[in-house]
Amino acid sequence: MTDLKRRRFVAALGAAPLAVPLLTAAQSPAATSKFKQISSRERTRQKYFPNLSLMTHEGKTVRFYDDLVKDKIVIFNFMYAKCEGICTPITRNLVRLQKVLGDRMGKDMFLYSFTLKPKEDNVMALHHYAEMHKVTNGWLFLTGSVDDMELLRHKLGFVDPDPQVDKDLSNHIGVLKYGNEPLERWGGCPGMSDPEWIAEMISWVDWPKNQATMKAKGGAE
Amino acid sequence: MVYISKRNRKRERDAEIAAKNRRELIAAGFKRRDLLKMGLLTSAGMLIPMKGLSARPLTSAGYVYDGPNSPPTTPFVENMPRLQVLQPVAALNPAPTIAPNTAAGEARTVSHQAFAQFPPQRFYEMTEQAGTVLMAPAGELPPQTIWGFNGTTPGPLIVERYGNLGSPGNGSVLLRLHNNLPSTNGGFGLPSVTTHLHNGHTPLESDGFPCFFMAQGQFYDHHYPNVLAGINSTHPGTGDIKEAMATLWYHDHRIDHTAENTYKGLAGTYILFNEFDTGNENTGFRLPSFGDGQNPLTSFDIYMVFNDKVFDSQTGLLAFDLFNTDGILGDKFLVNGKINPVLHVSPRRYRFRWLNTGPSRFYQISVLGANNTTKSFWQISTDGNLLEKPVQVTGARFAVAERVDVIVDFTGEAGKTFYLENRLEQDDGRGPTGNVLAAGQGTKILKIVVDGPVVADNSIDPATIPANQQVYFYGFPNTADAPGITRTFRFERGNGQWQVNGQLVGGCNAAPRFAIKRNTVEKWVFQNNSGGWQHPIHMHFEEFQTLSINGNPPATTGIIQRGRKDVFRLEHNMEAQVYLRIRDFVGRFPLHCHNVVHEDHAMMVLGIIDDVGDNKTQP
Repeated sequence: MTDLKRRRFVAALGAAPLAVPLLTAAQSPAATSKFKQISSRERTRQKYFPNLSLMTHEGKTVRFYDDLVKDKIVIFNFMYAKCEGICTPITRNLVRLQKVLGDRMGKDMFLYSFTLKPKEDNVMALHHYAEMHKVTNGWLFLTGSVDDMELLRHKLGFVDPDPQVDKDLSNHIGVLKYGNEPLERWGGCPGMSDPEWIAEMISWVDWPKNQATMKAKGGAE
Repeated sequence: MVYISKRNRKRERDAEIAAKNRRELIAAGFKRRDLLKMGLLTSAGMLIPMKGLSARPLTSAGYVYDGPNSPPTTPFVENMPRLQVLQPVAALNPAPTIAPNTAAGEARTVSHQAFAQFPPQRFYEMTEQAGTVLMAPAGELPPQTIWGFNGTTPGPLIVERYGNLGSPGNGSVLLRLHNNLPSTNGGFGLPSVTTHLHNGHTPLESDGFPCFFMAQGQFYDHHYPNVLAGINSTHPGTGDIKEAMATLWYHDHRIDHTAENTYKGLAGTYILFNEFDTGNENTGFRLPSFGDGQNPLTSFDIYMVFNDKVFDSQTGLLAFDLFNTDGILGDKFLVNGKINPVLHVSPRRYRFRWLNTGPSRFYQISVLGANNTTKSFWQISTDGNLLEKPVQVTGARFAVAERVDVIVDFTGEAGKTFYLENRLEQDDGRGPTGNVLAAGQGTKILKIVVDGPVVADNSIDPATIPANQQVYFYGFPNTADAPGITRTFRFERGNGQWQVNGQLVGGCNAAPRFAIKRNTVEKWVFQNNSGGWQHPIHMHFEEFQTLSINGNPPATTGIIQRGRKDVFRLEHNMEAQVYLRIRDFVGRFPLHCHNVVHEDHAMMVLGIIDDVGDNKTQP
């Protein structure tokens, strides 16, 4: 091998000595213009939070993103009123959770239980279910059109990848998803986790200390 | 549908048809009200997910397909980066203390247990922080904001040596990590972290227990004595050389948030040499030289970090599927931080260290040659722990967190091109289907071009080791001592919630689920009754040896199962028995699934090593 060839070989291998080289002026403006400049918060909204029209167990019409998610700390689960499986124990567990969360519930923390059976679970059925479990401020049971509830279930990941398991409502997903929308922090846990532990997990996505005004400003930016 | 790196032409075609149909509906003058009446539009204004109308085609299950759909990138253009070696610092300020230095902002809560016995000989310091990197050829994807150790991903490579048998304390180091992560995360990531040195025989307060996390602005001192297991027990003063480790890695282990944080970049590599595995091909086992890790003419021991990622089709930015609980698959394959890079090599032997950092994909890597031929190579380790001797194989399988060290011999291959090809079919986060694709039908991940200069090769040619020689490296540690207890761990799923032995993870404040008495031997049984899910099960602190799989001895050829392991690949309907010695140190540890999405959804048991132990056979 000639010296020249050898040098070129070394140069080729040494071209990227860092695991990931720091950027210089490598990006040409033309090349990146094919991508849209969308904030991550907006992109998350587009991908996961369709602004569907839903009905609460109190008979109010609400928009999923605008009224339920935007600027809030939220907890999601799916259930149906006549469920004889995991719904009742999870609902009882969430009753304990709402006590742990105390006066944050309805202030900046909200719990949303979406029905898996919108045809059965109309406003009256959900209202009855909520009364039976003595739910308080900040916890809403929600119904909507069959298509919309199904869309929401998929968007929020309450889906089993096995189509047969997914169809079987008696074995529906029993997890909770929680998060802080403006801070863009999200997590999930089993719905039957110890309520104190769930509250601690939610504290990890809570507003940073000394930034209590963040919620009032409506965003992390 | 398999997410391999090919463009998914069927999906693109379906999307085109859908767009055409929508245009025709509009051209025909249908108003929104008409579409609603016809049942083709939801009240939110979305076309209902019927094939041929929605821009996202249906899956076979009858719902919109939301899989990865990254923008196109040009493969095999950029060179594969070699990992930067981290240099020690002269001193740390403030100096490390045995008790947590809470006043100075240290997050540690437990005193170092082996600091006085093995005082640190060298110090390292890194900061977990945001960084900006290019993962694709310039201009194809925008600059990516990652979180990394010193702002890089993979993080710097730590290269350390065990102390010699006469002075084992010489290997002791201390790594100080600072959390300087930002509050704004660009869509995912929790700026609260704990770092696990994966496979380290590390005192547990330094091991990166998931609940020992640090907040922004804090630091955490990790004491890594780098001593051989047995040093304070079965092999006092030296440790058992048969427990020597070689290829480790470090990564974020924040409870419930490991998947997003490691996906965002918080993972790096760690190598241990000793007087046998020396890093010099003229001495000891004569494995290909590490050199300085950078110079292609002297460095033939190359760490390769594999992961798969998704980039948002609109913004081109790294995307994390926030609400996925099954497992996340990417459609872009990275090695050492670059999508589909190229490695130039000389016609000689190389040691490659392969690591899969996930989040959820399993790999079976083969070396693909011209005309869909398969080049065999030598597997020398499982999980970075040397086998008895090199074994010739045509592919190596490794799930998330598993490592495989191999020797690939490019002698006589000058001018040729090869690819590292993943042949393991996997459709979703549940695990591979079990199908192994034919040569050339898998996913090409790395291109290897043998166009380097001819350089001397003094490394051992594994083909010259006599076939009847059973042990070339250390041999396996003794498994003859009777276990004091057999414990069973049944990994299962109910209502989409992960359970071990029918229980959920207790959380950080719950009492440990079981206690192991220090310096004892245990036998564990791992059970997976599912035909749909696979789980890479990881035990911290002590590796194990597999005694049996479904009643059969572990395989020593083909897809190798026998060896020292810290991750057990629990495949469909599998039951395995493994043998562990838990020695030397005490503290809290997890046993968990290393599909990091499963891990974050509580597929974990938190235990403790103490001097009492318990007799729970199904913790």
